Amino acid sequence: MAADVSLFSIFMDGVFIRNFLLIQFLGLCSFVGVTKDTKSAAGMSGAVIFVMTMASVVSFLLYTFVLVPLDLMFLKLISFIVVIAALVQLVEFVVRKNLPSLYHSLGIYLPLITTNCAVLGAVLLNVMSEYSFIQSVVFGFSAGLGYTIVMLMMSGIRERVTLMNVPSAMKGLPHAFLIASMLAMAFVNYFKVIPL
Amino acid sequence: MSNVFNEYMRGITKDNPIFGLVLGLCPTLAVTTSVENAIGMSAGTAFVLICSNIMVSALRKQIPASVRLPIFILIIATFVSIVEMVMEAYTPALYNALGVFIPLIVVNCIIIGRAEAYANRNGVFDSFIDALGVSSGFLLVLVLIGGIREMFGTGQIEVFGHLLFTIPMMNPATYMILSPGAFLTIGTLMAIVNYRRAKKLERGE
Repeated sequence: MAADVSLFSIFMDGVFIRNFLLIQFLGLCSFVGVTKDTKSAAGMSGAVIFVMTMASVVSFLLYTFVLVPLDLMFLKLISFIVVIAALVQLVEFVVRKNLPSLYHSLGIYLPLITTNCAVLGAVLLNVMSEYSFIQSVVFGFSAGLGYTIVMLMMSGIRERVTLMNVPSAMKGLPHAFLIASMLAMAFVNYFKVIPL
Repeated sequence: MSNVFNEYMRGITKDNPIFGLVLGLCPTLAVTTSVENAIGMSAGTAFVLICSNIMVSALRKQIPASVRLPIFILIIATFVSIVEMVMEAYTPALYNALGVFIPLIVVNCIIIGRAEAYANRNGVFDSFIDALGVSSGFLLVLVLIGGIREMFGTGQIEVFGHLLFTIPMMNPATYMILSPGAFLTIGTLMAIVNYRRAKKLERGE
């Protein structure tokens, strides 16, 4: 079904047209929670790109070679969650062992990726769009890249507006949402720019 | 009796999932393109929340503290799978409109948040009332946001085939049912809630 879609259009689709944060609203908790400074936004995005790509690989193999032959498709939700939780644990072990400084700067955000709907969303969208192995991996990676771009833009903007004199009721989250609304206006228009 | 009622109202006012606890933002913004989708989504979430709260509080003495989160997630994922299959079979149009957000109820922070913060410490009946209150708060907010976006985005509100009202507009602002409108609506509503809270504090209530 999705065999004729080129890898380039899947890539553009993941990064811009179906951008996870601004168009599909996946992973908003980290979007409003971690974008207060650029450094943690960048660390979080790196971890999400890695987990998303790996989860696409593992979940594709699990779905195609275990769940479909055994006719256990209704278990996909439960098994994908377990896969993602295990991957996050693995990433946590590796980072703690080899890069202790990065581990400390990421802090709580690393385990929180398990409940980040962006990762589970990417995996489920892969299954729903019936992507092949390569297509799933490209989509997982590009979705993570789109996430990173928006996280970096948002944290850059929020760092600059913290000292702005906004009405007290607008401080914090409401202000962040209005900024996101303007960013989303730009992303909505990619629908027309890049025909699929 | 008034105690039970207060417990119920707490989920709508003070512990309102969206404006009080700021949890579960993804479905709130993604599915509120119309009132109909908002109702469908909150019905699904309410079913999962009530069932998982009852289940968790009934099993809270048996669940070991160290592995409680994976167990909560498994309990929730089971009920979400039920909702997904029932919706696919009986309301296919709604199922297609909500798409990936039905399976994503499983990572909705509201549900695991209530399981961890409330159901794990309280009895079955209290947890049921808590789940009922929180789901009602969720429903109200979703319908409010969906109503605002549908009204300005399409110029009319239509619920399950009944046209509630139309507003005479030359060009409906399609912008409102696209993603920027969602951010704009929730940002504005949150600012209004903050403003009212600040006013209340000033009056010393």
